[in-house]
Amino acid sequence: MPDSILSVRNIEKSFGALKASDGISLDLVAGEIHALIGPNGAGKSTLIKQIAGGLKPDSGSVAFMGRDVTAKSTAQRARLGLGRTFQISALAMQYSVLENAVLGAVGQSGSVFQFFRPAMKDPALLARARRALDRVGLQDHEDIITSELSHGQRRQLEVAVALTLEPKAFLMDEPMAGMGAEGSRELTTFLQELKHEAPILLVEHDMDAVFACADRISVLVYGQIIATGSVDEIRSNPQVRVAYLGEEEPV
Amino acid sequence: MIRERYLNMMVLALLVLVPAYAVLMDEPFTITLATRAVIFALAGVGLNLALGQGGLVSFGHAAYFGMGGYAMGILASHAQNYEPLMEVPFVIEGTNSMPVIWLVAIVASALLALLIGALSLRTTGVYFIMVTLAFGQMFYYFTISWPAYGGEDGLSIYVRNQFPGLNTLDPIQFYGICFVLLLAVLYGVNRLNKSPFGLALNGAHQNEERALTVGINVYRLRLVAFVISGAITGLAGALFADLNRFVSPTMFSWGVSGEIMIFIILGGVARLFGPVVGAAVYIMLEHFLGGLSEYWFIYLGVILLFVVLFAKGGIIGGLSKKETRHAG
Repeated sequence: MPDSILSVRNIEKSFGALKASDGISLDLVAGEIHALIGPNGAGKSTLIKQIAGGLKPDSGSVAFMGRDVTAKSTAQRARLGLGRTFQISALAMQYSVLENAVLGAVGQSGSVFQFFRPAMKDPALLARARRALDRVGLQDHEDIITSELSHGQRRQLEVAVALTLEPKAFLMDEPMAGMGAEGSRELTTFLQELKHEAPILLVEHDMDAVFACADRISVLVYGQIIATGSVDEIRSNPQVRVAYLGEEEPV
Repeated sequence: MIRERYLNMMVLALLVLVPAYAVLMDEPFTITLATRAVIFALAGVGLNLALGQGGLVSFGHAAYFGMGGYAMGILASHAQNYEPLMEVPFVIEGTNSMPVIWLVAIVASALLALLIGALSLRTTGVYFIMVTLAFGQMFYYFTISWPAYGGEDGLSIYVRNQFPGLNTLDPIQFYGICFVLLLAVLYGVNRLNKSPFGLALNGAHQNEERALTVGINVYRLRLVAFVISGAITGLAGALFADLNRFVSPTMFSWGVSGEIMIFIILGGVARLFGPVVGAAVYIMLEHFLGGLSEYWFIYLGVILLFVVLFAKGGIIGGLSKKETRHAG
């Protein structure tokens, strides 16, 4: 696709006899929320790991911003602008909210090997961190230790840390998990705004949330993408209904 | 409950007052004990950077302690015997100058930590502990079987090495040197902990995935921390050898690795002054309990168990309230 930010081409990955990724191709284009759905064991996590780094495909390629990143590490892909949030919050739990955001800013600025100047007094790092916290509405909580945050706030902080990287694309693993109706709605509104800055590849279990916010949906079953399309197309696709929505025949 | 910073100040005050008192009362043995405590503290501060901040449980820091010790032993023994270390292709003489010996000890143990770290940091958890332990033991057996520098019997240096302008054989002056070095290293490590490097190192300890996904090369980060950690412990080894005017393979033994770890656990993991308090308490226990019974390790075990079970954050953690990181 022409304006594809992230493009996955014919990825194959086997664990012994199990084909977890069986020739998967997928595109994330500018300005969209692209949801990836599929039943348990369909190979969603395996695919995400190959896109984010940390797991190398047996064959096929991953391109990000027009560059082949198949052989690049997780950290390298992050520095290129791949922002990531996790299903179970991956945060430094003993750090304050601000420290977590500064950690993101440190990674972004490449100042990891500065040994002498205090990080929490560096105006550039603090400004970047606070900008990200502002965006998600955590600006009044910056001194709170992360382990004391509510589940929803941790999700917000996850997004804020990813935002410090000024990502060119987001990879979000079940951001709505455990959020509650109100929180889910707020997050959906926020993602609708965010997608204009950087497209979002969303892995999500919550069907209502997916149908509410996704521009396109890809359905992964047994390591293969059986359909890609708009919400309506996926809803009415008979194959999807059988394989995933658990219906024999459309009524 | 007091603030950790005030507690640290009190520890420093004690490290000044006790030796001063010993000078007034003319008790050189007390000064020697204090010197041991300060040197062990320095070794612990080194390990604490890897273990406390980085979460890298190295059970082989005796390798750097011993490396520092042998750097001193080898250089000083050549100076003592007026034999150059090597003559081809160019002449390298031994030396009895402390600053030169420290520099060599630091560089040698940093290189060793680079080598051991580069290999062992590819593993995690129990495997990391076992690999670092194995490397430490490798050096232990190597020094035992290497006859050039005393083998199993070790190496005696008859005169303490020189420091410009000081009489290093005077216990309090040698104590002063060790104490100032400890202060300098504590200052540096404190800055390091608060720097972007320290934030990233501890952040990667708390959540490796997060560090990776903000673009931090965690392997390289840990390797650098491991090298700095080994270099500090190596410096302590050189001082320890100078204190005893003797080096032996024992400095490389796993027991030493364990002792350094005990200082940290006793005093407080990842606390700046944890190893300082831990080493001081350890030396006191060794002196007083060791005088009562040969089996004083049993009591040490009980105390250690008590600290681990009931005082979260060791002695420092038990006595002080938590200080937020960016308050300082």
